[in-house]
Amino acid sequence: MKQEFTISLFSEDHIGILNQITIILTRRQINIESITASESAVKGVQLLTLVVKTTPDMVRKVAKQMEKLVDVLKVFVHSSDEIIYQEIALYKVTTKGLMSGNVIDHIVRSYHARILEVSPEYIIIEKTGHKSEITELLTQLEPYGVLQFVRSGRVAITKQVKELNSYLKEMDEANRFKPEEIEAYNKN
Amino acid sequence: MNTDLETDMKMEKATNDEPTLNGGEQVTGADALLRSLIEEGVDTIFGYPGGAIMPVYDKLLDYEDKLKHILTRHEQGAAHAAQAYAMVSGKPGICFATSGPGATNLITGIANAYLDSVPMVFITAQVVSTLIGTDAFQETDILGVSMPVTKWNCQVKKAQDIPDIIAKAFYIATTGRPGPVLIDITKDAQNEKLSFKYKRCTYLRSYNPHIPLHTKAIESAAIMINHAERPLILAGHGVLISGAEKELREFAEKTGIPVAVTLLGISSFPSGHRLYAGFLGMHGNYGPNLLTNEADLIIAIGMRFDDRVTGNLKKYARQARIIHIEIDEAEINKNVQVDLEIHNDAKEVLSHLIPLVGKKTYESWVREFRICDKTEFDKVIKSETKPDSGDIKMGEVINLVSELTGGDAVIVTDVGQNQMAAARYFRFTNPNSLVTSGGMGTMGFGLPASIGAKIGNPGRQVVAFIGDGGFQMTIQELGTILHYRIPVKIIILNNGYLGMVRQWQDMFFKKRYASTELVNPDFVTIAAGYKIPGIKVLERVELKKSLIELLKSDGPFLLDIKIDKEGNVLPMIEPGASVSEVTLNYKS
Repeated sequence: MKQEFTISLFSEDHIGILNQITIILTRRQINIESITASESAVKGVQLLTLVVKTTPDMVRKVAKQMEKLVDVLKVFVHSSDEIIYQEIALYKVTTKGLMSGNVIDHIVRSYHARILEVSPEYIIIEKTGHKSEITELLTQLEPYGVLQFVRSGRVAITKQVKELNSYLKEMDEANRFKPEEIEAYNKN
Repeated sequence: MNTDLETDMKMEKATNDEPTLNGGEQVTGADALLRSLIEEGVDTIFGYPGGAIMPVYDKLLDYEDKLKHILTRHEQGAAHAAQAYAMVSGKPGICFATSGPGATNLITGIANAYLDSVPMVFITAQVVSTLIGTDAFQETDILGVSMPVTKWNCQVKKAQDIPDIIAKAFYIATTGRPGPVLIDITKDAQNEKLSFKYKRCTYLRSYNPHIPLHTKAIESAAIMINHAERPLILAGHGVLISGAEKELREFAEKTGIPVAVTLLGISSFPSGHRLYAGFLGMHGNYGPNLLTNEADLIIAIGMRFDDRVTGNLKKYARQARIIHIEIDEAEINKNVQVDLEIHNDAKEVLSHLIPLVGKKTYESWVREFRICDKTEFDKVIKSETKPDSGDIKMGEVINLVSELTGGDAVIVTDVGQNQMAAARYFRFTNPNSLVTSGGMGTMGFGLPASIGAKIGNPGRQVVAFIGDGGFQMTIQELGTILHYRIPVKIIILNNGYLGMVRQWQDMFFKKRYASTELVNPDFVTIAAGYKIPGIKVLERVELKKSLIELLKSDGPFLLDIKIDKEGNVLPMIEPGASVSEVTLNYKS
């Protein structure tokens, strides 16, 4: 059964990582539903957040293949209930339509949206939330004349406490063991 | 990062005190590249020059005493030769090519090395950095092109980065599951000056080849092994890569478990050993394929359950519990779900596992393999290796070479029927003795690979079995053999067909031989043009005598042996069939 997974991938800030990731997904015929790239909380470490729809078995395989890439530090795969996630959307609606409907107050309140800019021609509304809520607001606004609509990819944060920093530390330590040290460690 | 810098500075100071090769002197990027290679212990480079890489080739003349450059006749030949060099010498294979077509001609060779996990460092030149992205003359985005087939690749645009990137390249190529890396160096970086100092790379934050040993899993494996009744070892290329042949033998002998090998695992276990179960896969031996589905425990070591080994996955070893010892985590549970994974190096695991397993024998289980061997001998091997009449068979030639060399030679193959026959009928006695294109199945691999194999291990006899089709794919490398007088023994198994494709047409396409029959030139005459002596063998009576002459000759030698035109390689697991459905007799 295909389901939605969020892949959080931490990598060195090198050119071409995204290309390497998409090659893996393309070979397995997996479409990227959304993608966000940014610097992570750790300096010099990039975070890619990908949303894909596939089977649990397949997402496990591609995650391993991603983690195998030399410049990738760590890959986490989460189903939607294991993370808190948000998307952001911007709506450009005609001022005339919105004012005539006299609904602006209602929309802003019930959808927890925000007005960013008002001009004689248009009003820009911002909304963060899940994809379904964002789409619902779009449907609500459509009768008043939506001039433009954009939405971002997903940003996600895990519910677990462990942070990347501790993984980095662990990996550092694992790497710094020499074979003879590992041997000694195993003997104890 | 600060600490790294400090140690760097200290090192620089230390080396300044005693002027050595890496005393931080001012050199060009091209010079730094060659010095870096020398620092990594490189002495042989395969390659082909061109416009963008000229500064590097110019500098090569200054290092002729330390770096031997083999000029092949095509970049693909250089890539295959360097791979074979790596496979027999255990050192990484080094390959140079220029930008654009030089670089793209390497791709088949890079992909081949990637699928077969061979450590290689490819150096390609790139156009001047200001021209990158402008579709300049001989500009190709080789990073983009090679990305899916390299373990890692990188572009260098500044000379000062060359030593560190080369160090990183060698570290990545040779550690963990080895593989090819590609470094693309712009022409301006080759000419730019830098202060040269070299420090080998031993650590990368994002790359962890030293996996702490999973001792708990090894203990569990020992329990499973000690309680097994019909266990079977599947040994792959990983055994050879980690140098675990001795440990494998000790493990098998102590536990009494029969050992089957994959194509690239051949020669990891002596084929004359009483516990040798044979060669796995589509054209492997009867016993190990059939009995895979009878075993109660499979111990897979350094192999990846390739589809040519497993046949139909839905019917593969469903009854068996599987232990997978594998250094590449992405291979575990990729094709076959395993019961116990040991994500570590084969040698390390085996040496820890041996003291934990009990001494045992499985007489009736091993006898089942011998019974299968007998069946296979009666139905296939006998008529293939010792035919009374008719045309010469491939198996017959290989069997004779095996006898005449006592099983001690490096066997290089091309791809197809010649490859399967060589893998099946040569009785290997020493490790690292088969050089073949496994995962990729690259026709044209054989001839250039034989050159690399001989240069990588000049002390051993190198015999190449090549079909008449594959021979013509890289026939230009006869020029390299002429140029360097490389004493390789070339045996063309000439059936006038693209044999394996013809076999499939015979079996699955109602004998409709579409584009598989070849009109061939006289190979002996061609060889003569390259001053390579040769004999055309048409009759059985001439065969042994000609083979002896080939093996005794000092220099290169070529035999063009006329083979049974429509011989099929058997046994066979037909596509989509299960390993237990391996067929011994096929009648068209």
